Amino acid sequence: MSAPNRLIGSALERVEDLRLLRGRGQFVADINRPDQLHAAFLRSAVAHGMLRGVDAAEALSLDGVHAVLTARDLGSPMPLLPIRLQPLPELEPFCQPMLADEKVRYVGEPVAVVIADSSAIAEDALDLIAVDIDPLPAITNRDQAEAAGTLLFPEHGSNVSMRWNAVKGDADAAFEAADYTRRETFTVQRHAALFMEPRGFVAEWDTDAEKLSVWGAAKVAFANRKILAATMGLERDQIDMIEGDVGGSFGSRGEFYPEDFLIPFAARHLGRPVKWVEDRREHLMAANHARQIECDVEIAATRDGKILALRGTNWTDNGAYIRTNGSIAPRNAAQFMSGAYDIEHIRLTSYSLTTNKTPTGTYRGPGRFEPDFVRERLIDLMAKDLGLDPLDVRRRNLVPADKMPYPLATMTPFESVTSLDSGDNHALLDRCLAEFGWDEKVALQGQCIDGRYHGVSVGCFIEGGAAGPSEDARIVLESDGSFAVYLGSAGVGQGIETIMGQIAGDALGVPFERVRVHYGSTAYVAEGFGSFHSRSTVMGGSAIVLAAEALLEKLRPIAAAALGCALDAVVFDEEGARDADGKAVAFDALSDAPVSAEARFENKKYTYSYGSLAAHVAVDPKTGQVDVLDIASTKDVGRMINPATLNGQSVGSIVQGLGGTLLEEFVYDSEGQLLTGTLADYLLPTATDFPNIRSTVLELAPSPHNPLGAKGAGEGEIIPVGGVIANAVAQALAGFGVEPMALPLSPPNVWRMLQEAIP
Amino acid sequence: MKFPAFDYAAPDSLDEAVALLAAHGEDAMVLAGGQSLMPILAFRMAAPSLLVDLKKVPALDRIDIGAEGVTLGARSRWCDIERHAGLAAAHPLLAEATRHIAHYQIRNRGTVGGSLALADPAAELPGVAVACDALLTLAGPGGERHVAAAEFFLGPMTTAIAPDEILTAVHFPAWPENRRWAFQEFARRKGDFALAGVALHYDLDAQGRARDMRIGVIGASDRPHRLHAAEATMNGSAVDAATIAAAAAAASTEVSPMEDHHAPADYRRALVATLVERALQEAAS
Repeated sequence: MSAPNRLIGSALERVEDLRLLRGRGQFVADINRPDQLHAAFLRSAVAHGMLRGVDAAEALSLDGVHAVLTARDLGSPMPLLPIRLQPLPELEPFCQPMLADEKVRYVGEPVAVVIADSSAIAEDALDLIAVDIDPLPAITNRDQAEAAGTLLFPEHGSNVSMRWNAVKGDADAAFEAADYTRRETFTVQRHAALFMEPRGFVAEWDTDAEKLSVWGAAKVAFANRKILAATMGLERDQIDMIEGDVGGSFGSRGEFYPEDFLIPFAARHLGRPVKWVEDRREHLMAANHARQIECDVEIAATRDGKILALRGTNWTDNGAYIRTNGSIAPRNAAQFMSGAYDIEHIRLTSYSLTTNKTPTGTYRGPGRFEPDFVRERLIDLMAKDLGLDPLDVRRRNLVPADKMPYPLATMTPFESVTSLDSGDNHALLDRCLAEFGWDEKVALQGQCIDGRYHGVSVGCFIEGGAAGPSEDARIVLESDGSFAVYLGSAGVGQGIETIMGQIAGDALGVPFERVRVHYGSTAYVAEGFGSFHSRSTVMGGSAIVLAAEALLEKLRPIAAAALGCALDAVVFDEEGARDADGKAVAFDALSDAPVSAEARFENKKYTYSYGSLAAHVAVDPKTGQVDVLDIASTKDVGRMINPATLNGQSVGSIVQGLGGTLLEEFVYDSEGQLLTGTLADYLLPTATDFPNIRSTVLELAPSPHNPLGAKGAGEGEIIPVGGVIANAVAQALAGFGVEPMALPLSPPNVWRMLQEAIP
Repeated sequence: MKFPAFDYAAPDSLDEAVALLAAHGEDAMVLAGGQSLMPILAFRMAAPSLLVDLKKVPALDRIDIGAEGVTLGARSRWCDIERHAGLAAAHPLLAEATRHIAHYQIRNRGTVGGSLALADPAAELPGVAVACDALLTLAGPGGERHVAAAEFFLGPMTTAIAPDEILTAVHFPAWPENRRWAFQEFARRKGDFALAGVALHYDLDAQGRARDMRIGVIGASDRPHRLHAAEATMNGSAVDAATIAAAAAAASTEVSPMEDHHAPADYRRALVATLVERALQEAAS
């Protein structure tokens, strides 16, 4: 960088917040177009069945109804929801049709779209559509899926859509030679990202220009433009995807869903703008679910606690279809089972099961939260069996700094090799223990105080980030001397306007106020890959660094000419350029015509931030209530851009992890009906539920893979929460011999374990 | 999540409101704070042809405290109870139970009459009403009638209110000095409907023995009700560890809890015992 680092590392207040706190945010529900119509979706009320017919005659006769679209209106062949990440041909048979065609496979599957003058009329019309479905048995669990008495896709011959393998070393030989082995079965319940602002779109088709504008884009606007162009038979440059303010994604919002196609399709079909804003009930059955997994995993170790190998099998419940990123959780659950630990031999297989439930996708820490629960539990069980201190066992087995870069298991298919890039796991563990006050708190282990049993635990995690292949940035020196930064990254509420402004300001050596960051439209840059896999800051930020360097090099000859000095005598500062004698020219004098430079940062190697998380819980044995008394976490992100937003990421991530550990669960009955279809039944953590969370973020080990040295940091601390809380509960209830093997640790579930443990 | 179409009326008097109900029968629904009715309409779980809004009906928001007890108008809100200067002294159990009801925003709108008329089996006020022998006032075309809380709650979301009647008030008998009481509930998160809850009170005789034990339970059956067997174990006895344990055991056998995705029946049964135990301990301390 050409200037001293001033903005990067500062806890700048988010520039987004003033607008948002004053109620001036522009979310998709705030967008209205002249003459717009409103859509409502008829969703299947049956989990599995043959769709014999949809009769919309009565609905169409309702005043104010303009159209009822069903599968036959979408043309032949029916457009399918494509797979964005790891698009293996083997997965194509499991892609979701944009509207149910011949079969319905989950409750909530779109069957028809009503377009009307208002949402209320559209919803009235839903009640008037007659749907004829011959029910089939619903597949709602692993046993039924494997028994294959009923198949969701009979032509495939199995309810297993895909098998993933993670291999390293020779696990079977290591188990053969091991002093100690233990095999257990673990389950994590189905839950979801549940971003606060529901999805929505406003789509407008300009008949004369043959151009489509879509408001409501998020996360991966460029990828979705490609999908939309392909499924609507348009060229990419006929579509503008426009992102306004976005109220959270966490992996789920912004993926391409059937509605992403159906609303633009309806707008073109009718030649009028069409608006749809998802309601919470349909959100809970329509947006991606996540996390549901069963793991039969075995650990091998020496007598003194050196872990030798992991092997076993995961079964992920992927729901009715493989959606855009539905393969990530099963493949990650195999590859990241070893986490931050030095384990030489691994053989893990994940099976993706199709079931009659809402399809699944990524959720913050996908396929990482789940195996961390399994591994951290196995480590504690092993320590107990061998009479070792679980803390010592962790220290003994963490990947040491001198083994970096450290290779993880290799995945097939879609072969992928990856290595932990850098880090000092032991330092982060020690710092976490110090922040937490481990030595005082561990004295409470298993003690009953005022009727509650206390337990503490600590776990260690890694977080992958910075997915490639590239990100583009363009910086323009405007004629007024300000800099406009254009990015292909996406804002999903994480504050990238602020963060990217900090990076750009430092890269250009100018004050924050002189930089304006523009993102959120496919019109700004040629290509963009968006916000997922903790990639925005690293990838977009690095592209800014490269673009700033390129821009300053473009300005150098202009400045040299203006100053009448040699090229290498030009020095840039906050105001502009000067020569060796101190003669200066301001930026606005260098830009009679705007000067622009564009750069692409390419990267195939992931960053791995890492850290530890310690928790202190108290368990009421009578009610089964687990109270979280304290949590302290550490994470090394290589380089901190904004400590304030980073702290928000960390604390928010932990709260979401506690939701998934203690509260959240999608419950289905045996017919495949979703029983938790409101936020009174699906229990989200609220602002007051977990007040005692402290996060410490460090910059010990910069990533070698990007000019910032930054590592992705948007997911991190959610990953260890399930395992750490479960181990703390086990410690609290050690006197009863309670060993949690399943999440959530809800009061009835904890109470049940105690009932079964008490003789 | 848009309401079905309905007509709306905001009559100026109780008589007009009752007349509207009489004219429309079960097609009409009464609107007070709307904290349950609005979601019910948004979910289209009900499709009334007419909403009768009580907001202009006079005197329904009164809170009267007198020698005979406390009377709450049906449109009194939870926040009115919370902020009332005299209520915590006049009826401490009522005031304490109100603190457990829902969230701040809901307490600013939700009403006493709405909660009683909805009759959610896990709602707090109905439990307090049965524990305190409250008397409910219903206004209909033929005038007023009074129904004891014990006869008012007939099942989940089902009460003794006729289609042409409006609940106008609930009366709680006077609260003697030195009465012992407690309210305990267990909810997954603060403000959630309770998995179960207990409202109890009793007085002590000259020998320090419990008399007139009243224990109301919520969330443990299809309606709020009293735990008569548990009460019987306590009446005439000292409130100590042994009698408390006996009352808790009696409570767990006399309830017949429902099973749903929030909790299995045996969990709720055990929870009722725990809450009775804790409430009795709290009241005795």
